[in-house]
Amino acid sequence: MNNLNKILNNCKQATFLIEKKSIRRLTFRETIELRIHLYGCSFCKLYGKQSRAINHMVRQLFHSTTQSNIRLDDHFKRDLQERIETELNKN
Amino acid sequence: MQLLNALNAVSAFFSLNMEHQLKPHQWVNAHADYLYAYAITRINDEEQAKDLVQETFLAALEKTAGFEGKSTERTWLTAILKNKIIDIYRRKSSGLKNTDVIKAEEEQSDFFDETTGHWNEGHLLVEFGIENKDHLINKEFEQVLQKCMQKLPALWMAVFTMKHIEDQSTDMICAELKVTASNFWVIIHRAKLNLRACLQKNWI
Repeated sequence: MNNLNKILNNCKQATFLIEKKSIRRLTFRETIELRIHLYGCSFCKLYGKQSRAINHMVRQLFHSTTQSNIRLDDHFKRDLQERIETELNKN
Repeated sequence: MQLLNALNAVSAFFSLNMEHQLKPHQWVNAHADYLYAYAITRINDEEQAKDLVQETFLAALEKTAGFEGKSTERTWLTAILKNKIIDIYRRKSSGLKNTDVIKAEEEQSDFFDETTGHWNEGHLLVEFGIENKDHLINKEFEQVLQKCMQKLPALWMAVFTMKHIEDQSTDMICAELKVTASNFWVIIHRAKLNLRACLQKNWI
């Protein structure tokens, strides 16, 4: 009973397992532990949803910025071009 | 004989299509903006990102002989840049425990009850309307997310992006950033805790 209470209350451990699970398989023991906890804890259930959503959004964010309008200034590009030409002419 | 001809045709077709070529004269035009955007989202420092683009091109010029044409020019250049970014992550997070890590740990020190590990009253979770999987982020949310990511300590940011964006293997990340496996899991957990809390605080 004591152990069960520990599992039910330990949101720190549960959220740790949620993160672990997003990356690799949990052990049998960890799986059971997390199931029991989530069964009784709406906060950690919400945490799981938010955590997955965040992963998804961060991916989107990184992806969209590389195709977006972030641009180098022309001056820098001109210098860079010259630099490359000089290097190429060396050979 | 016919078979041989067919085989030759097939292999000619593949070698034409698989071999990409390098055109250094066009690099700036074709890839500089892309590489810059790639760098700035990962290290968030304009000057450093510019330097990285330049260093990437210069390093690439010296490696042209090693280019086998198996990947596109852009993929090849991005791989060089990626390694340079990892170097920066490593430099930023090496040595003794950094002050940014200590600060970030303090931030979450009262998230959970010390003895039971239950969420503390002041830090209970609230829905913030992004829980739906198909949710597309809007500009404002994107800015908050970006700000919250920037608040993560360099090492946490490195571990987080290498895992969740670049999909690198855990072993590889641990070796590259010199963190132990158990520390890796702690960082993955801690980074998300702070990121989530920051979103809740600044979005709702």
